[in-house]
Amino acid sequence: MLEPLKIEPTHKTPKVYFDPANNIFELSGRSIPEDSVGFYKRILDWIDDYSAGPNDKTDFKFELEYFNTSSSKNILELLKKLEKIHQGGKAVHISWYYDEDDEDMEETGQDYKALLSVPLELIMKVY
Amino acid sequence: MTYSYYKNMQLNNIIFVYQGEVTADLVSSILQMMENKLDGDGEDKKIKKKVFNVMVECLQNVYHHLDTLEVVNPDDDVNDRTALLMIGKEENDYYVITGNHILNNRVSNVRERLEKVNGCNKDELKTLYQSILNEGSLSEKGTAGLGMIDIARKSGQKLGYDFHPVNEKYSFFSLEAKVSRI
Repeated sequence: MLEPLKIEPTHKTPKVYFDPANNIFELSGRSIPEDSVGFYKRILDWIDDYSAGPNDKTDFKFELEYFNTSSSKNILELLKKLEKIHQGGKAVHISWYYDEDDEDMEETGQDYKALLSVPLELIMKVY
Repeated sequence: MTYSYYKNMQLNNIIFVYQGEVTADLVSSILQMMENKLDGDGEDKKIKKKVFNVMVECLQNVYHHLDTLEVVNPDDDVNDRTALLMIGKEENDYYVITGNHILNNRVSNVRERLEKVNGCNKDELKTLYQSILNEGSLSEKGTAGLGMIDIARKSGQKLGYDFHPVNEKYSFFSLEAKVSRI
């Protein structure tokens, strides 16, 4: 089994916690680094390794507060890798959380949903 | 002298201004400071998020895209990556203004992109954003070509801009984004 990937959050980068043994795949917080490619490389590489032997069902949770346009491209790459796993015959479900008053994060979720065939559910967080 | 600066900023509703070299650390510091200020001012959460998002894109846009002024006079700053960053708060709007040098040969390209963005309505911006997100690739700077579109979408208003000719090589490019407080 692949080692879990755990990255602690900073004021510019998200918390990342991927733990296949417990079916936990979370990316949360803020993603506003100037160099998003450098940050996301490690994540995308890990997903490539995971894709070689994914769980029968992968539940992936995005709970982002802020992200910049540089990250948006990397997140699409990540989602496309998950889509491939889904196309390969293993179940993938993506939950895209947004605050009830955050129409921008909701729209971003809609943008991704429009570009992908993998199941992506938009979930409003109510306070 | 100091008092006139103070009154001038107050009259123009400027809550933050910086003129100098733009580094990654500086951009981070400004964002943190402004976030604290928005929290401290008790700004509505929804507005706060929008303002913060627009600030991130505007400031990082300058950081990635400003053109370094070459030394013409040896007495000048050796590596002039200076820019102007300004944030204002009026009764009905926040505004984020950036100003930086760009090469004259880039002016028409940047102007065309701004004209295109300003010519789009909400739905057209969404379509444009999605197509560039899906088809475009990241530049060597790690930028996605989505900044202006994103600023326009989140701002919900037309972008203000100006190109002021400086000399035969450079222009001073200013960009103004507004976020409604209402």
